Amino acid sequence: MSTTVDSSTPTRQSKQAPKAKRQISDRARAERKLGWLLAGPAFIIMLLVTLYPIVQAVYDSLFSFRLTAPADKEFVFLGNYATIFSDAVFWKDLWVTVLITLVTVAVELVLGLALALVMHSAIKATRGLLRTAILVPYGIITVVSAFAWFYAFDITTGYVNNWFDWVPGIGPDFNWFASQGPALTIIMASEIWKTTPFISLLLLSGLAQVPGELSEAARVDGASAWQRLSKVILPNMKAAIMVAVVFRALDAFRIFDNIFIMTQGQYGTEALSLLAYRTSIGRLEIGLGSAISVILFLCVMLIALAAIKIFKVDLAGSGKGR
Amino acid sequence: MKAIHRPRTARRGRRIRGAVALAGASAMLLTACGSQDSGPPTLTWYINPDDGGQAEIAQQCSAASNGKYKIETSLLPRDASSQREQLARRLAAGDTSMDIMSLDPPFVPELAEPGFLAKPPADVVERTTADTLEGPLEGAKWNGEVVAVPFWANTQLLWYRKSVAEAAGLDMSKPVTWDQIIDAARSQDKYLGVQGTQAESMTVWVNGLVASAGGQIITAGEEGQDANITLDSDAGKKAADIVGTIGKDGLGGPGLPTQDENSSMIQFQGDKGSFMVNWPFVWAASNGAVKEGALDKAVVDDIGWAQWPRVNADEPSAPPLGGINIGVGSVSKHQDLAWQAVECIVSPEHQSQYFATNGNPPSSAKAFDNAAVREAYPQAPVIRESLDHAAPRPQTPYYNEISTAIQQEWTPPQSVNENTPKETTAFIEQVLKGDALL
Repeated sequence: MSTTVDSSTPTRQSKQAPKAKRQISDRARAERKLGWLLAGPAFIIMLLVTLYPIVQAVYDSLFSFRLTAPADKEFVFLGNYATIFSDAVFWKDLWVTVLITLVTVAVELVLGLALALVMHSAIKATRGLLRTAILVPYGIITVVSAFAWFYAFDITTGYVNNWFDWVPGIGPDFNWFASQGPALTIIMASEIWKTTPFISLLLLSGLAQVPGELSEAARVDGASAWQRLSKVILPNMKAAIMVAVVFRALDAFRIFDNIFIMTQGQYGTEALSLLAYRTSIGRLEIGLGSAISVILFLCVMLIALAAIKIFKVDLAGSGKGR
Repeated sequence: MKAIHRPRTARRGRRIRGAVALAGASAMLLTACGSQDSGPPTLTWYINPDDGGQAEIAQQCSAASNGKYKIETSLLPRDASSQREQLARRLAAGDTSMDIMSLDPPFVPELAEPGFLAKPPADVVERTTADTLEGPLEGAKWNGEVVAVPFWANTQLLWYRKSVAEAAGLDMSKPVTWDQIIDAARSQDKYLGVQGTQAESMTVWVNGLVASAGGQIITAGEEGQDANITLDSDAGKKAADIVGTIGKDGLGGPGLPTQDENSSMIQFQGDKGSFMVNWPFVWAASNGAVKEGALDKAVVDDIGWAQWPRVNADEPSAPPLGGINIGVGSVSKHQDLAWQAVECIVSPEHQSQYFATNGNPPSSAKAFDNAAVREAYPQAPVIRESLDHAAPRPQTPYYNEISTAIQQEWTPPQSVNENTPKETTAFIEQVLKGDALL
């Protein structure tokens, strides 16, 4: 197969760009056209299936509209947003969402890096087995893993209370899902267990890009293992770390399955996506629910923008973000 | 990649083969469509999950129609709220396949108000409700008119362990009160089987308590958002006292804040079981567990049943009412046939059969007289009596909002106190006005 021309590679492109554009060869032009032809249909479908619902949600969010009272549909402009922002439930759910995002991403980053280091330095014979073993939780469907965690900790059917009754505070009568703290702990633990392999894979690819000579040179200079990690390896894989953090943060902010299965959001465990679901699908309040969805969408956009602009994360992988 | 140039003839041959395959597929598709058109019209019955009883009735009614129609069942989600969500979304979208629907009574007003349900013909109502018990019939009405046909009716009983009642000195042949069973559980160091999780079962419990104390959660439900919330009453306070006491004193067991009907049944079957309010499914489930070897037969032999506990000793209780009503979609293409099918589905014979095989009690008085019913369910007379006194949940198109607000304010049970009815009332009013999220 022919190779494609990387249009983003020139480093001295700023001044010479117009000239380079004029000098583009026929072959490069044809390949670029082929690229658009190949990616075009997918791009159009993506626009249709993502942009249309987003625009529709923004439009619906300006109405007081209940699915079972279509005749009472009324334009309220930003009224739904005012209701949401003035309600404690929204701020409580936002706080829970932010907490889950911060804790899970931070823990996953540390654990993921440790696993990536283990996979990276494992001897060749065990490497395949090790990577497969580490990836198993990521291969399990989230709903299935949520049920597994729920049944393990449930007061009626769970075995955790019996196994760990020697730990102070845990016993057969301890109800993990009856209050916010323990319930959120289990939800976050299951989230971490499920998605740490994803982070470790991203970090492994970053680790593989760090030239071995740098570490060796540092070792020759007498750097300790910790110094090599913190001064040589981590700075050189900053781009991979930031990509991993952004992807996981965006994912964690939209957490739904684990909470839905384990607590249905009761006792202070509700995240924003669950509130949007309950309002739109449960209450059939399309207007109010759409407004929550739009706010959730804007939060996610904000995280992505902040990562790209402030931390200069390079999501396209062109290497500029290093 | 190396390009392979195929001869033009080969390409043409491939095209011909493709065209033949396409033509074949189209012909099969057309045949399939044609065969459906030539047969009797197919009516889709959206059913709630059961032990296969509704699918069996669908087959029997299809056969009995002598080729006039064929009923196909389509399964709805497991819990009542999700069933409502799917039905409402489909009906709002004008789905013409919504011929026949199994509807949970509290959600009937919400679907009837916007005209999603076809109005039953007067003669159908007359024939199908001639001997319907009063409670289930009320649950099938909206604005004073029957909008769906009662199929089966459910109610909760007080299930008790005979050994515990005896040890506590309670005479179970007479009506007992909540205070009595609370004292008995406390004195015997046992747990009460109630449902304290943040779910529909909590509203069922609260509504039963309030109605048994002579109150109502709302009045003027037909006013929708302007309904009168009357929970902040003596009856509401009495209900809060019972729920709060059970919660605070740990009488529901450590699992109470997450306990639903199934987990309270499991607790009741255990060593700490004493008294439990629950639906009749527990009888079939307990006997099934004995058959599977998961439960000792002595436990089932120790189970007794009685009317739902009273709140006030001198007033009969108003037990929770459940069940299923059958509705027909207003945009169904086969409404006439659908009503004929509904008449067949809800016949007293089918109701008896459904009770005996699936454990869901009939809404027809006559169906209770069936011998098979009395054999399968020795508690049938108590259920029948309970249905006579059962109180429906608030009838309003905004039932979901009211129920969710109650669930949020009355859980966990240990947090319920004398202020809960007042706070719940204010919260429901705010939500109905659209000023608060749920």
